[in-house]
Amino acid sequence: MAFDILLGTLVLGVAIWTVAARDTFAAVIGFVAFGLLVALVWVRLAASDVALTEAALGSGLTGGLLLGAGTRLARVETIATEKPGAILGLSAAAVCALISTGVALIVLLLPEPAPTLAPQVAANIATTGLENPVPAVLMAYRAIDTLLEVIVLLLALLATWSLAPDDLWGGLPGHHDPADLDGVLTFVAQLLVPVGVLVGIHIFWIGSVAPGGEFQGATILAAMWILLSMAGLVDMPPVNRRWLRMVLVAGPAVFFAIGLAGFAIAGGFLAYPPSYAKQLILTIEIPLTLSIAATLALLVAGPPERQASG
Amino acid sequence: MSLALDGLTILAVGAGAFFFLAGTVGLLRFPDALSRLHALTKADNLGLGLIVFGLLFQMDGLLSALKLVGVWLLTLLAGATVTQLLARTARMSGPHE
Repeated sequence: MAFDILLGTLVLGVAIWTVAARDTFAAVIGFVAFGLLVALVWVRLAASDVALTEAALGSGLTGGLLLGAGTRLARVETIATEKPGAILGLSAAAVCALISTGVALIVLLLPEPAPTLAPQVAANIATTGLENPVPAVLMAYRAIDTLLEVIVLLLALLATWSLAPDDLWGGLPGHHDPADLDGVLTFVAQLLVPVGVLVGIHIFWIGSVAPGGEFQGATILAAMWILLSMAGLVDMPPVNRRWLRMVLVAGPAVFFAIGLAGFAIAGGFLAYPPSYAKQLILTIEIPLTLSIAATLALLVAGPPERQASG
Repeated sequence: MSLALDGLTILAVGAGAFFFLAGTVGLLRFPDALSRLHALTKADNLGLGLIVFGLLFQMDGLLSALKLVGVWLLTLLAGATVTQLLARTARMSGPHE
């Protein structure tokens, strides 16, 4: 109890500090710390799946994206000098207060016991062939949400790519410095990447019985690719490569195809016949993990900045 | 037996927490980037090592104990690397701060 109060206060404190921070870099660091603390909150709520996702995606990957954005902004540097007017500040504060009050009211006005579908999920989980209820919800009962999520990720990547100037369209994202073979980063990339790939696959694979799953596993795989590229051991491929685009769309495409096949074999979009539901879910999840990993890594790499040679 | 194990755990985790506290004080109080990094790595390496060591007595299987040690080793690797990179940047950007 005392720990929870302390944790809650800390989350609030870091949140306020992050909003109040004048420096973009400091705010990003605050955001990453905030995400890790929120992951701890999820652990305290016994939601390890959400905690893993928050730590990997919410804090780690989004933190990386924001760091990249902050570095780009620093070149233009209008953020620090340009102060929002009083009216803008006040209306932002008013809208935030309104939303917070609304959320607080909704939470306080929930009927007791809160409405839940958890018993139904627990009663029917056997038909999905999965043992962890979280992926059962994500891949079976609410598969449509997951499908839309991965499509949104792809759209985000398209939006990032479209920031490239015309002559660089289809080129290579980011910078590439050849690896310093005696450097620390090269050493750690060589040592860590095999371990990280193993952990990523493990987290993905364990998802059907324990906390884990394709998003968390894919984030770790993406992080390993980013580490390799940061160390200069591999270069990101030009974004117009056919194989790359196949990898990116394979997951959503297989997902969609099996969803459509559901009409014929189970009587509905994204419905699975119980006898081989688990096999179908795995068939979706494997390409999906690869697609998500590639999408996330390319999102961090940013828009094309160099001409593709040859 | 379990009382003795609990005692060991409390001792080791307590010592680990002390190193974290000392590392944090060092991070806040030391005058320049390099010595701050030095304080921080002590907390990471020794503090986390002692906490992991203390928790080993509470594990019910060899596999989970190995996983804990794995977490410590990975943190060591990440911490040492990042500290090296930070220290290099700090040195290149000048002696002060």
